[in-house]
Amino acid sequence: MGKKSKRAEKLNLPMTIESSEGSERLEVRRTAKLYIGGAFPRSESGRSREVQLAKGGVANIAGGSRKDLREAVRVARIAAEPWAARTAMVRGQILYRVAELMEGRAAQFRDDLINHGASKSDAAAEVSAAIDRMVWYAGWPDKLSAVLGGTNPVASSHFVFTLPEPTGVIATIAPEASPLLGLVSRLGGILAGGNVAIVLASESAPLPAVTLAETLAVSDVPAGVVNIITARRAELLPHLVRHADIDGYDLWGCPDELLLEAEQGAAEHVARVARRPHGVRDRADAFDGERGERIDGITAFLEMKTVWHPIGS
Amino acid sequence: MPSDQSPKGAALRRTTARAASVTTPAPAATVAPASSGLAGSSPWAYAPAPESREIVTIRQRYGLFIDGKERAPSGGEVTITYNPATEEPLAEIAKGTPADADRAIEAADRAYRKVWSKLHPRERAKYLYRISRILQERSREFAVTETMDSGKPIRESRDVDVPLAAAHFWYYAGWADKLEYAVPGRRPEAHGVVGQVIPWNFPLLMLAWKIAPALAAGNTVVLKPASTTPLTALLFADVCRQAELPDGVVNIVTGPGSTGMSIVTDPRVAKVAFTGSTSVGVTIAKGIAGQGKGLTLELGGKAANIVFEDAALDQAVEGVVNGIFFNQGEVCCAGSRLLVQESIAEEFLARLRDRMSMLRIGDPMDKNTDIGAINSKAQMETIGELVASGVSEGAQIWQPACDLPTRGWFFRPTLFTNVAQSHRIAREEIFGPVLATITFRTVAEAIEKANNTAYGLSAGIWTEKGSRILQVASAIKAGVVWANTFNRFDPTAPFGGYKESGYGREGGMQGLHAYLRSS
Repeated sequence: MGKKSKRAEKLNLPMTIESSEGSERLEVRRTAKLYIGGAFPRSESGRSREVQLAKGGVANIAGGSRKDLREAVRVARIAAEPWAARTAMVRGQILYRVAELMEGRAAQFRDDLINHGASKSDAAAEVSAAIDRMVWYAGWPDKLSAVLGGTNPVASSHFVFTLPEPTGVIATIAPEASPLLGLVSRLGGILAGGNVAIVLASESAPLPAVTLAETLAVSDVPAGVVNIITARRAELLPHLVRHADIDGYDLWGCPDELLLEAEQGAAEHVARVARRPHGVRDRADAFDGERGERIDGITAFLEMKTVWHPIGS
Repeated sequence: MPSDQSPKGAALRRTTARAASVTTPAPAATVAPASSGLAGSSPWAYAPAPESREIVTIRQRYGLFIDGKERAPSGGEVTITYNPATEEPLAEIAKGTPADADRAIEAADRAYRKVWSKLHPRERAKYLYRISRILQERSREFAVTETMDSGKPIRESRDVDVPLAAAHFWYYAGWADKLEYAVPGRRPEAHGVVGQVIPWNFPLLMLAWKIAPALAAGNTVVLKPASTTPLTALLFADVCRQAELPDGVVNIVTGPGSTGMSIVTDPRVAKVAFTGSTSVGVTIAKGIAGQGKGLTLELGGKAANIVFEDAALDQAVEGVVNGIFFNQGEVCCAGSRLLVQESIAEEFLARLRDRMSMLRIGDPMDKNTDIGAINSKAQMETIGELVASGVSEGAQIWQPACDLPTRGWFFRPTLFTNVAQSHRIAREEIFGPVLATITFRTVAEAIEKANNTAYGLSAGIWTEKGSRILQVASAIKAGVVWANTFNRFDPTAPFGGYKESGYGREGGMQGLHAYLRSS
């Protein structure tokens, strides 16, 4: 054991929490809760499960239930209209603010990834990329209508324009193998388009999603705009995809064996669906670099509205 | 209308079982002249002005169009397509089977791999320009055929359906060699074989909306027309021949809905486009779930046409009439719910009734006809059933006094007032000339009521106040909003729905996106 700093001596703190010495300070563990409507409830089901951490120890992860899901949809629906009504510039600034706060929590995000088995360098790279990805999305809201919409030169005396509008409440099955960068890449698209989100976090590596929830809670993202549920995906998915008040599903992280049921459920209420492109696998590097800078996660949940008006008196 | 049917029509009628059994057989299939509440002696009465059908030769029997050739259906069975205005059989249509669908997909797949994907995009463009030109050249033939097969007034098929179909091919032709401008920063690629299923209300126009962007994007097509209106699609096969389009690039398979399902669920079909009812759209979406196919759906609607108290009333009356009686109301984006502000409701409804009394219902081939025949007996029954529900649920019905032809499937234009939002006629798509009136007091109430539907295809706003137009247009959950106009279409303007009216757009650059995958 090395020499303690003066301040550490004054506070009577052990130098490291990993120390095996008897005088060591006990770590205050985080209870990883759900994030619904801006609050951090435990699952109403009372369930939690242990996730083994790579460096030893376990994390208790809330086991979200069908009822938690329903609650998330309820608050998301309330949040949808005011979020869509924010100006595009403000939505961009709010997303940028999320990136700022993620930067401040970079160490915790790195720890989360290392706890789920990432190497130090991979974790550092993923956190940096995730923050940059959020900045990439922060620039999109006020450019979508220029890139995707426009005026239409119809062959009659009318002024006709087409604008993208958000679809509404979108549920996303977050990528499993890219628990932070993948999550940010898919969630960023939903928010940039003006939609609100219900996220089913990575099942094997949920901690970055929990930290992101804690980041969002102190950001300017209004309560209910993002709701994050940790749960057994196979258990919740059949209910999630049939919830008639969800307007779209980002199934990027949906395991192949659940895809059929997920798409059938979405079809029953004509919900929009985005999915992993053909040939792309749910891998840790799936969102690296330009591969992750795609607007398909935005465009899948935009409705193009065309407005006609006569020209003349 | 010619009073003598062609002998082959008569022969067909002897040998085939009639789908309809409404009327006793008449010696000659004449359609009564279009009639309206105006007495024949009125100075406003019109003399009949029938379009000639001489330009059209309808063959006794049509096969499938597969790999550039006409083929008999593998099952050997046929169905009959009828003229809804006379209930006369027009032709025998091949009843395509799953084996025929398979053969068509094989041809489309081969054409995609060996020919179409290897062609320079500029050459693809030129084929589409050719098709557009031939459609323009043969426009009267198409219009007359469309009206005979679908029952829609010749005025509409001549002035709307056919010119718009040609315009769609023209518009998308120009995209074929400019695809990289449609997906900035990405590489556009075709899907391969596209499966398309279209409805009976705009048979040729829906074909154009589907085939033009698909081919421009570099895909090949297997298309199934509606079983009651296959003739213009089969005539289009002849256009493909004239344009010397490579074999297999466009394949047309007629047949029942199950044949359509065989097409869309086939693993070689990479992208599916469907226009039709929401229930069939859901069946298709479920049927292809998990297959990784692209899908666009253009489904039902229950559009609100909102008339505010400051609207130019006579223009609004015209717009409301056009909104619900265009194509007999058999339009997915029809303005079937009239939302009128309470302060002007009485005055507005009086003018609307006056205007409805002047509508001319009858022979679709008459150039003065406003409302033609309902497409099929089955659709007549659906409309009748929903109208009966409106009466039994307590809404007040009004119909103009007019004589309907004694033969053919005609439905009187119908106005309901005192309609509650819970009534079936206010919630369900009727797909007929039936308008349900609901009143409102405030702008907020109008928006609330307009959005109170599972659908979200279109809406109309009538007011002289520009800022209110933009406020209401942005609050309405619908893909197309017409302000002080209604039922306008253009190849440059995207069309498609919110909510249960489907997803994806047709028309414009946005309509091209569905037919491309970009990497």
